[in-house]
Amino acid sequence: MTVALETRNLVKRFGGFTATNDVTLSVRQGARHALIGPNGAGKTTLINLLTGVLAPNSGQILLSGEEISRLPTHARVGRGLSRTFQINQLFGDFTPLDSMMLAIGEREGHGGMAWRQLSRDRAVADEAAALLQRFRLADAMGVATTLLPYGKQRLLEIALAIAAKPKVLLLDEPAAGVPEEERHEVLSLVRELPADVTVVLIEHDMDLVFSFADRISVLAQGALFAEGTVAEISKDPQVKAIYLGEDA
Amino acid sequence: MSDKPLSASETAIGLLKRAGRWQIWEIALWLIAIAMIFVLPSKMLILTEITILGLFAVSLDLILGYAGIVSLGHTAFFGLGAYVAGIFARDYFSEPVTGLLVAGVVSGLFGFATSFLVLRGSDLTRLMTTFGVAMLLAELANQAAWLTGGADGLSGVTITPILGLFEFDLWGRNGYIYALVVLMVLTFIARRIVNSPYGLSLKAIKRNPVRAAMLGISPTRRIVAVYTIAAAYAGIAGALLAQTTSFVSPDVLAFHRSADVLLVLVIGGTGYLYGGIFGAIIFTVLRDWLSVITPQYWMFWIGLILIIIVMVGPERITRWQAFLPGSARAERLKARKAAEDVR
Repeated sequence: MTVALETRNLVKRFGGFTATNDVTLSVRQGARHALIGPNGAGKTTLINLLTGVLAPNSGQILLSGEEISRLPTHARVGRGLSRTFQINQLFGDFTPLDSMMLAIGEREGHGGMAWRQLSRDRAVADEAAALLQRFRLADAMGVATTLLPYGKQRLLEIALAIAAKPKVLLLDEPAAGVPEEERHEVLSLVRELPADVTVVLIEHDMDLVFSFADRISVLAQGALFAEGTVAEISKDPQVKAIYLGEDA
Repeated sequence: MSDKPLSASETAIGLLKRAGRWQIWEIALWLIAIAMIFVLPSKMLILTEITILGLFAVSLDLILGYAGIVSLGHTAFFGLGAYVAGIFARDYFSEPVTGLLVAGVVSGLFGFATSFLVLRGSDLTRLMTTFGVAMLLAELANQAAWLTGGADGLSGVTITPILGLFEFDLWGRNGYIYALVVLMVLTFIARRIVNSPYGLSLKAIKRNPVRAAMLGISPTRRIVAVYTIAAAYAGIAGALLAQTTSFVSPDVLAFHRSADVLLVLVIGGTGYLYGGIFGAIIFTVLRDWLSVITPQYWMFWIGLILIIIVMVGPERITRWQAFLPGSARAERLKARKAAEDVR
């Protein structure tokens, strides 16, 4: 089993409050790994530690066996770690085409090219168009992001993360805030993600977790509380008590 | 739209080409600027002044409008360029194009060296550090009288003909042509830069730094680069002033110049490169006109206009270029319609 993403004894404290308490987690390559836990369990803090938004107090993070704990965000992205945000983080008046040109261009290392014209970046433009088509955004590629319906913005949010061709993709509640009628589209695209991409899903929606994930880690009060297959977790009485009991 | 449906790739290329295409109003602006040589031969001096201020404001737009960095000391680079061009012509070599390049390089290097001050921190920190750098330079220029002439200014600057061919005449005709050519060349270069993948990454950093980092963009280098380019542009603008007036006054480093250029950009609008040029025209003409009709109170009116602009919202009045044919507004309306279709 190849491990794609690993944390070792990861600790993050905010003053006296321990948001991440000695988390040792291992995600195998190609996994569909769900991270669940009640509100305040430290899911978002963990994601921020993994992506380098926050620095841990102690512990290690490894991506494909390489220690990345001290790297800045953009360097982690370059090594194949990508994420989506629970609340869309997009570029306002950029069109989906602009956004994809940016994401793919950066991945290809074109971001420093000040003399090349975007319209001459044919290979990037072709890939952008193909990806926009796959994410049902081709008809809206020239429309400012802020004018798009929320479901479409959500698709763009995911498409941007995919454009980086990540080895490990962290999805932070991909369907959050999407109206019921557009939900199906977002979820089917999440399910269609290539099998070699390792996906870590943070989610509240248990139906989605059980249908999507092959492994589940449960966080409670900053610590890893339980881990196992979908069948194990859904039967675990303690998990039911602290989490499922309240919710389902 | 055409009859046969376009593939997504073709549509994408079409959209990208359109974004970088020359607009009718852009071409018209440059043609009018050239026509001025013949239409208003008696106004060459004020036209030169507008051109130089325009270039200075284009330089500020590169960092403010594209990278989102506010500066209250941009005249540090303008003044440095003016002094370098003046001293270079006085002591070393008096051909102006050479002087222009030297001034650009020196100001660019100074911009590079001070860029770390604007990398981090809030807008307020940036305002204060840039302001501080400009004050520092002003005081240095004032104290180093042996080099700069101190409070009396730098005199004894003689400028030989441009490239050894075109002499600066008394009416300022060649001076205007010279400044205009420089403005055109530098605006074309800037236009190319902002329509490149690099330009796109700058806009992205300004709009959402968190997401930009999450796409693998390291903001540091990008900001250092644009700050250096903008500093070189400002230095060249300052050099143009020194060369066309054969004099450098300590006023080139004065605070009001940093404030003026910011005001020019607010009037003209940020983030589309021509705001600096339109702003420079409006600002200079307005100042000239107000100082004729109310010599003692023109500052009052400028102040009032500034307040009105900010209260009404600069977007609403300064994006007037958007009403011109084939412009962004027309595109936006089309886009809105397309968005409704998508819904």
